[in-house]
Amino acid sequence: MEKKNTFLNIIFAILVAIVAVIYMYPIIMILLNSFKTESAISTNTVFELPNAKSFIGLQNFVTAITKQGFLQSFFYSVFITVTSLIAILICCSMCAYFITRIRSKVSSVLYYLFVFSMVVPFQMVMFTLAQTADTLKLNTPYNIFVIYLGFGAGLAVFMFAGFMKSVPIEVEEAAMIDGCNPLQTFFLIVLPILKPTIVSVGILEAMWLWNDYLLPTLVLDIKKYRTIPMLIQYFRGSFGKVEMGPMMASIVLTVLPIVVVYVFAQKYIIKGMTSGAVKG
Amino acid sequence: MERALKKYWPIFLLPTVIAFMIGFLIPFIEGLYLSFCQFTTVNNAKFIGISNYIKAFTTDSQFATSFWFTFRFAICSVISINVLAFIIALWLTKKFKGNNFLRAVFFMPNLIGGIVLGYIWQILINCVLSIVGKPLLALNSVAGFWGLIILMCWQQIGYMMIIYIAGLNSVPDSLIEASKIDGATDLQTLFKIKIPMVMPTITICMFLTLTNSFKLFDQNLALTGGDPNHTTEMLALNIYNTYYARAGMQWKGMGQAKAVVFFLIVILISFAQLKLSRDNEVQQ
Repeated sequence: MEKKNTFLNIIFAILVAIVAVIYMYPIIMILLNSFKTESAISTNTVFELPNAKSFIGLQNFVTAITKQGFLQSFFYSVFITVTSLIAILICCSMCAYFITRIRSKVSSVLYYLFVFSMVVPFQMVMFTLAQTADTLKLNTPYNIFVIYLGFGAGLAVFMFAGFMKSVPIEVEEAAMIDGCNPLQTFFLIVLPILKPTIVSVGILEAMWLWNDYLLPTLVLDIKKYRTIPMLIQYFRGSFGKVEMGPMMASIVLTVLPIVVVYVFAQKYIIKGMTSGAVKG
Repeated sequence: MERALKKYWPIFLLPTVIAFMIGFLIPFIEGLYLSFCQFTTVNNAKFIGISNYIKAFTTDSQFATSFWFTFRFAICSVISINVLAFIIALWLTKKFKGNNFLRAVFFMPNLIGGIVLGYIWQILINCVLSIVGKPLLALNSVAGFWGLIILMCWQQIGYMMIIYIAGLNSVPDSLIEASKIDGATDLQTLFKIKIPMVMPTITICMFLTLTNSFKLFDQNLALTGGDPNHTTEMLALNIYNTYYARAGMQWKGMGQAKAVVFFLIVILISFAQLKLSRDNEVQQ
């Protein structure tokens, strides 16, 4: 049983590789085409590998970055994701801590409101949310994190609260007796225990923030600020011919950071992204 | 300890609660109210009762079309995603080299945003369609429907597969061995032991895919945009278009009414899920 035929093993490895390549084909296709000249990307040649005539190196990437404002969009996307993520992780873990430790009417009402908000589809609030954001001037990439904190709070509080219930209260009491105030107790004792949940919630929320399209489209001024998903949709929607080469390069540049992070943190990402489902 | 913590409520509670009011609670209540109004902005709302709801179902035939399209789409995608994900999960729970690598590969599309995914598949499907000499996505609603199904499968199979693998791994080995000793074939073991044992997981995955399919927006917008002539427009996109693609006093109120109906359907699905999974727990 242990000693397997090497020949069969190789055949099997090839089979696995073929399955992987077929499944990844759409992404591979985009990658290959991003190195081609504009004229070599048409319906008949799109499946061909780049050859000496059609290969133009990184020119499409240069165009995407310099002419289409990719860098700016990348900055906005990173900035919005990071600020919102920090706000969500810190504020929601504190809030979840409070409502699990203080058992009162207010706590349970809040908890059920948060759970309820997870189920509500975005279309229900999109118009009024955009108007509220406008009135409160929360419509720039620099303060949109308030909106994201509000709309993303449901899932985060729910997941933090679920974990917090299993954290023994005795440790906190000991810390309090030793003279910690609640803030110190939370940041020095509770937060380190929460680390695995923070990673899971962080990944889940980060994926949502990075890929979100509709909320920033409705809240931000599309003429001034475009996140990456907005940029891609904007170029397709604009009239006139879309330059395919730079578009493909933009897609590659969008997918690339995700793939790189995924290769290094695969285990955490899969665990984080599926943890919400199993608990919910 | 509780008393000390209670004094700190403005620090612990207030930031999240204020943001929650701005980002969810106030827009939600306002949205509920506006569904009974005629308006173009929040400030010029005029109460007109339930006529938005009536109009959504009577004068706007597009809403019913979207409803039907979403329903068909949801059924097809729930079945295909779950069947495929389960088969792949069965395959990948066997021990072989490259098994973890394949899991990672299947999961990957899940990380890409809907807009980008939709665009990638639009290019791919359009190229295939033009090579076989069929009309492109913008003119071909059948291809639009199946394109959306393929896209959803590609994106969601990996996710569901991971959940199924976790479920299958929790089936005790002793049960499977016992059935083998009793002379059960692989198929019998699958249908009599494995599937009944992972039933709770199947329920979770079914509902996850169902809500995902129902709420689908980004992928729909990017792949077909509702073309041709709104025939591939799903509920979420229909609501969006009612709001933002039409001029006139009556549309925004109607859009909000549709959104409330949409919200009620999603709530209904969630309650059904809650009830079913509770029943499952009792049986075990």
